[in-house]
Amino acid sequence: MFGLSMAAGLLVTLKNLTKKPFTVQYPEERVKQHPRFRGEEFVWYEERCTGCASCAKYCPLGIIKIETSPSETLPQQGDKYRLEVFDIQIFRCMFCGLCVEACPYDALFMGSGFEQGQYSRKEMVIGIDDLRHADKKPSTYLRPQLESANYDPRSGKPLDWKDVGRESWDWHLKEKAGMRLARPTPPDYAGGPQAQEESNTSERTGGETKFGGPA
Amino acid sequence: MSGLYQFIYETAVIILPSWTSHLVAGLSIMIILVNAVLMGAAVFVWMERRLIGRFHNRIGPNRWGPFGMFQPFADMLKLVFKEDIIPANADKPVFILVPIAMLMPVILMMAVVPFAQNTALANLNVGVLYVLAVTSVTTLAIFMAGWSSNNRFAMFGAARGVAVLISYEVPVVISLLGVVLVTGSMSLADVVSAQTVPFLLVQPLAFFVFLAGTSAELNRTPFDVAEAESELVAGYHTEFSGVKFALIQAAEFGGVAASAAVIVTLFLSGWAGPASAYLGWLWFLLKVGVIAFVFIWIRATYPRLRVDQIMALAWKFLLPLSLINLLAIVLEVFFLRDASGVLTTADLWIMAGINIVLAVSAIALFGSLISEKVSPNIWQPGAGLPEPTPAVAFPAREVR
Repeated sequence: MFGLSMAAGLLVTLKNLTKKPFTVQYPEERVKQHPRFRGEEFVWYEERCTGCASCAKYCPLGIIKIETSPSETLPQQGDKYRLEVFDIQIFRCMFCGLCVEACPYDALFMGSGFEQGQYSRKEMVIGIDDLRHADKKPSTYLRPQLESANYDPRSGKPLDWKDVGRESWDWHLKEKAGMRLARPTPPDYAGGPQAQEESNTSERTGGETKFGGPA
Repeated sequence: MSGLYQFIYETAVIILPSWTSHLVAGLSIMIILVNAVLMGAAVFVWMERRLIGRFHNRIGPNRWGPFGMFQPFADMLKLVFKEDIIPANADKPVFILVPIAMLMPVILMMAVVPFAQNTALANLNVGVLYVLAVTSVTTLAIFMAGWSSNNRFAMFGAARGVAVLISYEVPVVISLLGVVLVTGSMSLADVVSAQTVPFLLVQPLAFFVFLAGTSAELNRTPFDVAEAESELVAGYHTEFSGVKFALIQAAEFGGVAASAAVIVTLFLSGWAGPASAYLGWLWFLLKVGVIAFVFIWIRATYPRLRVDQIMALAWKFLLPLSLINLLAIVLEVFFLRDASGVLTTADLWIMAGINIVLAVSAIALFGSLISEKVSPNIWQPGAGLPEPTPAVAFPAREVR
């Protein structure tokens, strides 16, 4: 009425002029990234991978290609396939995380990067060597053991294959009873929360695993 | 003859013959003027992009130079290196003339504006009339652009632009009559020296009408139907690229700077201020900056009006306001002037008191009168759904 709303509109914009801009100057500043971010450059632990190709089967796009050959070791010594080819066509990946969800041995993790742009599609296929040499900073997506340890892939240090598993799971132990992997003793649940706490600390001091506690 | 011209002439005449010195003085002032307009355009582009960014809670250009200050130059350089395309079916000579016809009025407009004491390039005795005449050339340039492009969007934009420009010329000219009446002269230098009280206070209604009208004539956002990005591709300059587009952009943004300078001269007492004999240019630049900020502020605030709303605003709102202002000024000048026809500072203050009250009441009255036209019908909760328009009853067709 009487054109007063026009003046009110001017005041609204003037109020916005005095506010701090929202813009984040990307290459110099970064928004804080959630540790559960599903990013590029998958983190893969060759020591954990058995070549079961669950990830390839679960991938809805079928972009993971795995070729294996039998290894020389006996099954009783912790048999696994030797991987010849492990290609991920990252340019078709939609980062659904189903491969990570499918991995029974905690060998494949989502990465936390998002700056892997290339000029051609051929360069956008991650080979086995890229996976071997990638930064071992796994995202905590679908990995409750990392999340409960408050691991942040952006600020944390690279993790070894011994640090990232959930070996305390019973089914896992039984299934892989023959494997000669160094693993901590499962925590004693009978003693209640107090004992559980102690067993956790003993694990850490043992230096075997950092994230071995019950999820 | 202005002071700067005199200074250059007297310096040159020591070593050169008289006619060459006139040439040197004229050419150097011309170069200063052209560069001042183009630099003003560049500074205004930077200011506008930074400020609009802050109005939008963004930062704005900040990559190139301190605070992104070199961004306009980078833009200009980029446009100069781009291919200069002339459409196959364009009217070639007119198409080539358009950028020149757009930029020239802006530069010519600055020729009569006094930057400081005695520093206008030409102190014309019909300065106000000259400014009005020169700005009207832009109308022709816009229509040339639309016509020669042979593009329907360019033609639509040009038609809208010409309609807006012609409509807003009327209230702008009538509002300037008040200024000329109080001053008693059409020279811009006299207008500045007559403003012992800034005309912003003496005739706020005229200032309001002139600001709105200038904003419309510059095709700025509340009135930018001529180059409405979301409706017409880019309006009348759709087909222009490369250097031509750069010149058109320079003309648009330089036009804002030049219009701000004219507004400052006419309504904000130009270069007058403390120690104006030495610091006149500083006061002038500060006031131009303030007016440019107001232009950017208005652009950041209001959405684009429809064509019919723009016409309603010109003919039903601004024109009555300018007529009321003219009538009030005529009566006040008639009753307040002394025997020699001069208004003293006290007279101006009396006029300011009367006119501010008049301006507020007139804007409120006419604002409420045209609010039906300009504002949309807003649905109020609890008012119920609007009545559906009765469907036209067609006679049922006989089935055979």
